Amino acid sequence: MSNGTYNIYICGVGGQGIIKTSVVIGEAAMAQGYDVAMSEIHGMSQRGGSVSTELRIGDYKSSIVENHKADMVLGFEPIEVVRGLNKANYDTKIVFNTIPIVPSTISQTGERYPSVENEIIPTLKQEYNNVHPLNGNQLAEDAGSILSLNMVLLGALTASDDFILSKNDIIKAMKNNLKPKFHEMNIKAIENGYNAVK
Amino acid sequence: MSYEKLTKGEKGEKLFLLGNEAAVRGAFESGVKVSATYPGTPSSEIGNILSLTAKNANMYFEFSANEKTAMEIAATAAVSNLRSFTFMKHVGMNVASDSAMTTAYSGVNAGMVILVADDPSTFSSQNEQDTRNFARQSNLPVLEPSNPQEVKDMMVYAYNLSEEIGLPVIVRTTTRVSHMRGPVTLGDIPKSEEDIRDGEYWPRGHFDKNPSQYVPVPANALDMHTVLVNKIDSLEKFAFESELNKVYHFDNIGTPAKLYGKFGVISSSSAFNYAYDVINKDKLGIDILKLGLSYPVSEDLILDFVKDLDGIFIVEEVDPILEISVLAILGENGLDIPVYGKRNGTFPFVHEYSQDIVKESFNRILNYYEFEDNEDSPAIKELKDSIPNRQPTLCAGCPHRSSYYSIGKAAEELEIPESEMVFASDIGCYTLGISPPYNAADYLLSMGSSIGDGCGFSKSTNQYVCSFIGDSTFFHSGIAPLINAVHNNNKNLVVTILDNRITAMTGGQPNPGLPVDGVGDEAPAINIEKLVEAIGVKFIRTTNPHSIRKTIDIYKEALEYEGVSVVITQFPCTLIKGIKKRKPMSIQDNCTKCYKCVDELACPAISKIGDDVVIDSNMCFGCVACAQICPEKAIKAKKEDGE
Repeated sequence: MSNGTYNIYICGVGGQGIIKTSVVIGEAAMAQGYDVAMSEIHGMSQRGGSVSTELRIGDYKSSIVENHKADMVLGFEPIEVVRGLNKANYDTKIVFNTIPIVPSTISQTGERYPSVENEIIPTLKQEYNNVHPLNGNQLAEDAGSILSLNMVLLGALTASDDFILSKNDIIKAMKNNLKPKFHEMNIKAIENGYNAVK
Repeated sequence: MSYEKLTKGEKGEKLFLLGNEAAVRGAFESGVKVSATYPGTPSSEIGNILSLTAKNANMYFEFSANEKTAMEIAATAAVSNLRSFTFMKHVGMNVASDSAMTTAYSGVNAGMVILVADDPSTFSSQNEQDTRNFARQSNLPVLEPSNPQEVKDMMVYAYNLSEEIGLPVIVRTTTRVSHMRGPVTLGDIPKSEEDIRDGEYWPRGHFDKNPSQYVPVPANALDMHTVLVNKIDSLEKFAFESELNKVYHFDNIGTPAKLYGKFGVISSSSAFNYAYDVINKDKLGIDILKLGLSYPVSEDLILDFVKDLDGIFIVEEVDPILEISVLAILGENGLDIPVYGKRNGTFPFVHEYSQDIVKESFNRILNYYEFEDNEDSPAIKELKDSIPNRQPTLCAGCPHRSSYYSIGKAAEELEIPESEMVFASDIGCYTLGISPPYNAADYLLSMGSSIGDGCGFSKSTNQYVCSFIGDSTFFHSGIAPLINAVHNNNKNLVVTILDNRITAMTGGQPNPGLPVDGVGDEAPAINIEKLVEAIGVKFIRTTNPHSIRKTIDIYKEALEYEGVSVVITQFPCTLIKGIKKRKPMSIQDNCTKCYKCVDELACPAISKIGDDVVIDSNMCFGCVACAQICPEKAIKAKKEDGE
C-alpha cells in the first residue's frame, strides 16, 4: 500500500455474502472521500460456483487488481484462497476462513480436497509473509449466526495496520447496508474478526 | 442497497452503483416511458431492477418473449413520441438485429436507446462478439461508457442525441462495465405531467401516420437508406465536437517512452481503464484519445490527435474495429504512421484485457521494462495443482437432473449405446448437463437451437436425437423450429421441454408460461402442452421428472416413437423465491455403499465422506430422486427430533 491506495481481492463460494462485504468496504471508502472501483464476478454463484470481487481504492480507472499486486486477499474458503494467489505477492496480507466447502463434483472427478491444517496453511505460511488463517465459521456462530461470517472477515480486514479504513468506518457502512435488527450481531462479528487477527 | 434510491435519490446525491444500476437511473433521469428486454447476463440486473421499480417511475416495463420483440416494443414507442429503452446481451442483439436494422431506416421521434452488454472472455456466454459491428452494419451511433458514472451520464446523453438525429442510439458496455461498481453522482429526474389511464402506470403517446417514413416497401426503402446515410454522415461533425470524446494528457518529461518517440493511444470502454492505469502508474507519458461516442468515428478528431505521433496504439476489446477505422483514415490521408493494435499482434485478438495484458502489449513496442518473472514457487505451484475445481452444478433438487438421469436410464434399458444418443442442448441451466455423469450436451449453437439442431441431426444421421430446451427458451425461439420438425416429418426426435416455471439461469425472471408479468401483475399464462398439441405433435407426455420410474418409461416410449415426440418435464426451479423445501433425506443403516446415488445423480447434497455416503440436510431439497434410485431403499426422509 502507498499514497492512499489499497487493492483488495475477495474470494469464496456463492452464498457466503462476498458481494455484500465488498459493497460495505466500497461504501465505507466512498464515505471517507476515496475513489473506489469494484468488480463483481457473479458467475453462476447460486449454483455452487466460485465468486470473487476486486476492490481498488485510490486513483484508479480499472476495477480489477493486477496480478500479484493485491494488498489484501480476503478468503472465505481455503481452496478459493489458493485460486486467488495470482493476486498475491510475498507481502500481501492473506486473511482467510479455514473451514472448507467441498465442491460437490469431487466424487465424480476423483479429485481430492487438500488438508487445510497440513497442506494449505503451512505452505502459505512458508511462502508468504503475512498469513492469517482463522476459524470464521466459529467466530460467526459465536457472534450469533453463521450468516455473520462475512462480517467476521470484514473485522479481520480492519485489523490490518496498513488498511486505510477504520473499524468504525466499516461499522458505519455496514449499518447502512443491513437491517437494524442484525446490527448488534454484526458488530459483534466484526469485533470477533478484528480480535482474531489483531 | 434498496432500489428506492434509484427512483427517489436527489440530484447531487452520490451512490455506490453497479453499472447496470446506473443504467436504470439513467433511464429514469431521461424520462423513459416504455422499456422491454429479454434477460441476458451481463445485462440481466437492469431488467431485474426495473421489474421492481418501473411502476414507481411511471415507466412501462416488460420481459418480452425475445429480444426482437423487445426491440419492436421500443421502436414503436419511440415513433409514438414516448422515450423508450431496450437492453440485452450481445447475442440478444443477433436476435433483435432484424428489426434493429430497419428501425434505423424508419428512425424515431422520441429518444430510443438500445443498451447492449458485450461479454469479452465469455463469463456467461456462448461466444465473444462485438456489438460495434452491428453499429456499422445498421448505421446507428454508439456510445461506450467505461464506468457506472459514465453509464448513467451517457444514457442521458444518448436520449438527447437520439432525438437530435432521429435515430436509436446504441450504448455498448462490457461485462467489466456492467458489473463494475463505483460512485455515481445523481442527476435530476424530470417530473412527469402526463395523464395516466386508470389502472395503468405509464402515460400513452400518439402515433402520427406517415407510411413513406415508416413502411419500407422497396420504393420507400431506397429513399430511407439515403436519409440514414446522410444522418450518420452529419453525426461525424457532431462526434468531432462531442465532450464524450476527450484527450487525457500525461506529462511525458523523463518518461521511458520518450526515448522511443511520441506515441498515442486511441481507446474506448473498459479497455480505456486498463490503458489509463498502466500509463498513469508506469509514467509512460502517452496521451490517450478516449472515444465515448465511438461511432461514427470523427476523421478530423483522429487526424488532429495523430498528427505529431510516431506510433499509435489502439486499445480495444474484442474486434479491431477502431483499429480498422483509424487505418482507413490514415490511408485516405496518405499518413504513414504505424498502428499497433490487434492486427499486427501487438495486442491479443481474443478475450478481455487487463492492466497486465495492456502493459505487456505496450512493452512489445516500447521495451521499457524487463519482463518480471512472476512464476509461482514450486510449493505454490504444487498446491495450486492439487486443489479441486469448483464447477457450477445443477442445484440440489433441480428437476433437470432427474430428466437427464431418466433419459439416460431409458436409453440403457433399451440398450441404445451412448454413441447413438445425440443430445442437442440449449441456452440455460440445463447446459450444465454437459458434465458427467449426465453427458447430455453434445451440440449447442444459440437460443432455441436445440430443436433446429435436432431437426438437422434427425435428417442427417440415423442416431437417436434428443433436444433439451427450457420453458423460457422455448417461448423465446423454440416454437418455430418445433413447427419445422413436425411439418418436415422428422424421425426419432425426442424434444424435452424442461418446464421449471422460471427463467432460471439469468436470476429467476418470469416468462410467458407464468401467470404474472414483468412487474408482478396478473397475466395470462401460455399453456405449453396445448401449444405443442396445436403444432401437431402426436406424442406429448407431461411428467414430474422427480417421478423417476414414470419418467424413464415415458422416455422409453418416446425413444421408440418414430416421429417427433415432446416430453414436458414439469417441476419448479428450487431457486424460485418463497419455494418450500420438503423434508430432507438421510442415509439409513442398510446402505451397502454401492454409491449409485453419489455417482449417478451427482447431487451437491450427497457426498462420499470417507467410505460413507452423507446427505447434507441443509442443502437437500427433498426431491426424493435419490430415494427412488437406491437399490436397497436405504434413503428415507430424515426423522425430525422426537419423531
